[in-house]
Amino acid sequence: MPDSQPFEPVIIGFTCNWCSYRAADLAGTARVKYPPNVRLIRLMCSGRLDPTFVLKALAGGADAVLITGCHPGECHYLEQNYKAMRRYLLLQRTLAQLGVEPQRVKLVWASAAEGVRLAAEITKLVEEIRALGPLNWPTGTGAAEAMFASPEQMVVQEVSA
Amino acid sequence: MTTNGKPKLAMYWAASCGGCDIATLNIHEKILDVDANFEVVFWPVAMDAKYKDVEAMEDGSILLTLFNGAIRTDENEHLAKLLRRKSKILVAFGSCANEGCMPALANLSPLQEIFDTAFSTVTTDNPHQVRPQTSWTAPEGEIHIPTLYPVVRTLEQVVPVDYFIPGCPPESPQIAAVIDLVVQVLQGKAQLPPAGSVIGAGTSTVCDECKRKRDIKHIKKFERIQYVKLDPALCILEQGILCSGPATRSGCQALCPAAGSPCIGCYGPAEGAIDFGARLMSAVASVIDSNDPKEIDQILDGIPDPAGSFYRFNLAGSLLRASKSAWESKA
Repeated sequence: MPDSQPFEPVIIGFTCNWCSYRAADLAGTARVKYPPNVRLIRLMCSGRLDPTFVLKALAGGADAVLITGCHPGECHYLEQNYKAMRRYLLLQRTLAQLGVEPQRVKLVWASAAEGVRLAAEITKLVEEIRALGPLNWPTGTGAAEAMFASPEQMVVQEVSA
Repeated sequence: MTTNGKPKLAMYWAASCGGCDIATLNIHEKILDVDANFEVVFWPVAMDAKYKDVEAMEDGSILLTLFNGAIRTDENEHLAKLLRRKSKILVAFGSCANEGCMPALANLSPLQEIFDTAFSTVTTDNPHQVRPQTSWTAPEGEIHIPTLYPVVRTLEQVVPVDYFIPGCPPESPQIAAVIDLVVQVLQGKAQLPPAGSVIGAGTSTVCDECKRKRDIKHIKKFERIQYVKLDPALCILEQGILCSGPATRSGCQALCPAAGSPCIGCYGPAEGAIDFGARLMSAVASVIDSNDPKEIDQILDGIPDPAGSFYRFNLAGSLLRASKSAWESKA
């Protein structure tokens, strides 16, 4: 990418069928503008969000992950959004040890009426990640294998000579 | 090298502790079946052999290679590729070869830090700050020692693997069962499992095999085991001790919980779990008994080393595989 072009972050967003997905829908029908960097995936509930999804997104080349769900106390399935919150808090601690900046995984509560707010949060996240730069996790860019020497050049072969 | 016409067997250790070899010898009299049915051509722990002997073998001439250990150095990688070429069936044997195990916890630290800790801390008497050099010219010629890679890898991340036997180490009865199976296959009495299978283990979780009583889990506080007098009959996780049972593959008969110690996850991810740590974080977070972010944070303070706890055996085999600082460090 030429230097003149701004870095466009790839962000995977997980939405809840009952609130944030409809908020995103509302933002669309109301013609509220927000940057197109977020790829939204609809789940039935933020409680369905297995931390695996977040790790897979980051390992696969995403620069950030947005997790959204119903406000505390408003879960369609009573209290699964609390589970999402606990998983998020625990995952953040683990990711910190792995060197993933906390800004890269964000949790936002958004009700079905909060299209404008969701769009604003997405805009804010995209700007934050743009400032932070790409994550470029080696497993996502194919660099993981490229960084190891090829065996033909390796010194140990000379052991057998 | 002489040959007695029997199928050839090899066992190799890469970055490992030797526990897998001990566990293999621990199959007791079954080891005689191994000798009766196989010619052991290469097993550095048990017999003298040179790499050049293996290099001289015909490609595919070893029927079965049990490869334990992770890929930490270029020597490990060379042997993994060599043995892949020489073997018909290559088995990732034990946690290190399967998912990195303890050696892969180094994937949390940059190489420089690892060298500093090993050679320049108070526990090392090294007044001249000598560091290992990978090559050295002596009067007799140039000598080499293996180079450490910045990131530890699993066997499958280096070469294609036919079967996976998990465990740290694999339980001896499970090894014996695999030996039995291979012998039966040789005698035409059984079929090999589909390529890529996990063998010598169960398909469920350690919790499924655990005899402890389980109620509803409400965790208000995580404790280190030395500060708790454990109820001998009740689920260990319910008592606030981090236990890896919910994410770990069955196959060990839940030995650790039976002995009053939490499961630490050595049998790797349960069938269907892509990322061991994610599965365990998911399970542990869901049983924390609080809906208040501040209180949840306090409860999580009881897990001082989350990456080390949730990826104790599995960092190299996890989705992210290493920390950013380790990826970025140079050999």
